[in-house]
Amino acid sequence: MTESNTEYAPANRSKFKKIDMSKVGGSDHGQSAEDLPSCLQVSNLNLYYGAAHSLTDVNLSIPSQRVTAFIGPSGCGKSSLLRCFNRMNDLVENCSIKGSITLDGEDIYHRSVDVADLRRRVGMVFQKPNPFPKSIYENVAYGLRIQGVNKKRVLDESVEKSLKAAALWEEVKDRLHESALGLSGGQQQRLVIARTVAVEPEVLLLDEPASALDPISTLKIEELINELKDRYTIIIVTHNMQQAARVSDFTAFMYMGKLIEFDTADNIFTNPAQKQTEDYITGRYG
Amino acid sequence: MTALKKFFAGGTPWIWINAGAVAISIIMTVGLLLLLAYNGLGHFWPKDLMLAQYSQPVESGEPLVREIIGERVGNEKVTAERIISSGIPVTGDRLMYERELVKIGNRDLNGSDFTWLLTDYLDNIRFPENLTAFERWEWGNFYGYVREVREVGATVAVSDPANSADTAAWDALTERVARAVAIHDEIAELEKGAIGEVNYALERLRLRQRGLELRDADTPEALVAIESERVEWDSRYAVLQEQLQELYEQIERDTVVMSSMNGQETEIEVSEIVRAYQPNGMHVGSKLIVYAQKLWEFLSDDPREANTEGGIFPAIFGTVIMVLLMSVLVTPFGVIAAVYLREYARQGVITRIIRIAVNNLAGVPSIVYGVFGLGFFIYFIGAEVDQAFYAEALPAPTFGTPGMLWAALTLALLTVPVVIVSTEEGLSRIPRSLREGSLALGATKFETIWRVVLPMASPAIMTGMILAVARAAGEVAPLMLVGVVKLAPALPLDGNYPYFHLDQKFMHLGFHIYDVGFQSPNVEAARPLVFATALLLVMITAVLNQVAVSIRNRLREKYKSLDM
Repeated sequence: MTESNTEYAPANRSKFKKIDMSKVGGSDHGQSAEDLPSCLQVSNLNLYYGAAHSLTDVNLSIPSQRVTAFIGPSGCGKSSLLRCFNRMNDLVENCSIKGSITLDGEDIYHRSVDVADLRRRVGMVFQKPNPFPKSIYENVAYGLRIQGVNKKRVLDESVEKSLKAAALWEEVKDRLHESALGLSGGQQQRLVIARTVAVEPEVLLLDEPASALDPISTLKIEELINELKDRYTIIIVTHNMQQAARVSDFTAFMYMGKLIEFDTADNIFTNPAQKQTEDYITGRYG
Repeated sequence: MTALKKFFAGGTPWIWINAGAVAISIIMTVGLLLLLAYNGLGHFWPKDLMLAQYSQPVESGEPLVREIIGERVGNEKVTAERIISSGIPVTGDRLMYERELVKIGNRDLNGSDFTWLLTDYLDNIRFPENLTAFERWEWGNFYGYVREVREVGATVAVSDPANSADTAAWDALTERVARAVAIHDEIAELEKGAIGEVNYALERLRLRQRGLELRDADTPEALVAIESERVEWDSRYAVLQEQLQELYEQIERDTVVMSSMNGQETEIEVSEIVRAYQPNGMHVGSKLIVYAQKLWEFLSDDPREANTEGGIFPAIFGTVIMVLLMSVLVTPFGVIAAVYLREYARQGVITRIIRIAVNNLAGVPSIVYGVFGLGFFIYFIGAEVDQAFYAEALPAPTFGTPGMLWAALTLALLTVPVVIVSTEEGLSRIPRSLREGSLALGATKFETIWRVVLPMASPAIMTGMILAVARAAGEVAPLMLVGVVKLAPALPLDGNYPYFHLDQKFMHLGFHIYDVGFQSPNVEAARPLVFATALLLVMITAVLNQVAVSIRNRLREKYKSLDM
């Protein structure tokens, strides 16, 4: 939520042409993130991997029911930040966190928080499709089975609903009980999304969900994100600026572990406040 | 020079060394199997019976001419010196003599089944078609001519041994042998089945009474109840005993008079005969039938004659059950230990030391495990179990003595390092992304391990089990201390409650090989059985392994992940 800054240089405008602004997503043109109800609130977040200081003083308010994209060069800390939201960083040894993140007002790093419960509310899709070596059906039903749901009717319904939500139902409805590993990469990634959606989370974290996919699959994933944003708060990390421009309502630019700028996608891509942001999106580095 | 350098740099010698190593391994394995098969399986073929004259030189005077009837088993060359030192005065002008091993059977008459004959002095070898071989329940084989068949002492049929076309007595005999064998089976079934059950029930009654006495609960009413049950079983026993008596009378009806070597006549009860055949007159087809029968008997029957005759079924059964029980015990134990070591324990110096210790356990000599099993499982735990649960049977131990359970546990201990090591290997190969995928769905670490990680590691677990089975099936030394015995025809699995008798001692193929090969009173008779048993042990191990391997391959196919 960096305030608008005057340091921005209009001379570089010409280089934006590669981004077709008609496709910049978002219905919140002009509306800032602060005006919207916030879902996740990050304040003074510092993250250390051992001695390495990976995130420095990050302050951010993620609006609910919108798509927020994190962009930035490799190693800038955008994935680390994303993995803070569902406490995936807990799995990394020597990882320590200072500051707070709240989900609907509750501190997710509080001692009383059940991590499994948190991860049910904050679902995550990874860079590489990681379906379990089970059937398509069992992949989608996995989360519910973990919660102790074993009624066939409930599972059937949820599997169908989730696969439809992930736009995969038509392709797999005749082979639900075949191995998920037989699907193509794009289908697998949509299956993973369906699997995540099946546990009905509030937030969806997408960690470069299309970076391992071909352009057509990428397009499908992006369409899917557009459909899902009505129901979920979506946070997407991406390397691909066009993708961020296409799918996100809000965009955060990160660099060297710091949040440089956070604003509507419109503003970031057409009128960045920070010089660093502009240099990055115009391809000067990164 | 450069050509030579090129030759070496090109790797050709390396390829030859590789191929040579593989070839040598294959040749040795196949050679061993062929050796076992040739020596072991040939034993069951009904060999022709030889009739010959043998006149061995003696110190002074005319050599005695003997008639020899028997199977030619093998021959070898020996030095003249050795023959002279064994008391046969051969002329010393030849360095080597050939001698032949002949199975002459008729141990009750000759004192031993086998004899060595010098081939040079064998004469007039013939194979008369009416020479008959009996396999008997006791005293080994009998060879001779069927002369007369009697029923309750009265002659039924007579044949002339000199006339091979005269088959009257042989025909009369064959049907009587079949009848006797049928009755024999009936008796065995009665003794093992119904009477065994009665004995078992009576023993349990005795233990119950003793248990009541120990607890001071032997009230008159309780004793009366036990007594009335005992009377009931006793009356059942009396009925069975009567049936048995009747069968024994029936089986003793027929006898056969045989004329054997040198015209000696012997009367043999038909009930003693297991199988009778005249090999010299048989076609290949009928020989094959006898061969199949004998092979089947070897696989399916109890041993006879200090394990040198009959079958080895109890040993096969004991080996397989013990190995299966061992797998059932070792797999969960090893997997649980490996999961803790790999997934939960903090990786550091201590886990590293534990890992080294586990690996070293695999190198401890197996007899040490045997001693440990005897001392810890049997004398300590077994004795405690007896005190606590089987006090009424004391001083006769129930679990405080070697048995199936302790043998399986000892072998499980012996093989657990293998399972731990390969399971850990498997766990470490499960991609991180899958664990994260499961955790991200709200699964706890336990649920992730249980539902995703362990199923995916199951091929590695199976690999550990395969190695464990391979090692356990071939192990003998520790078993001699913790449960294996020379003869235990009662199987650990039967129809009497509780059906699976874990406290029983059992037979084992590996120990059987040792016992028959090196502890047998009748070495010549036992030798082919050693080969056959070894072949069988190799085959059983291979089958058990193959089953495990195919299960593993199916699991591998199922859990094949994209990046593996």
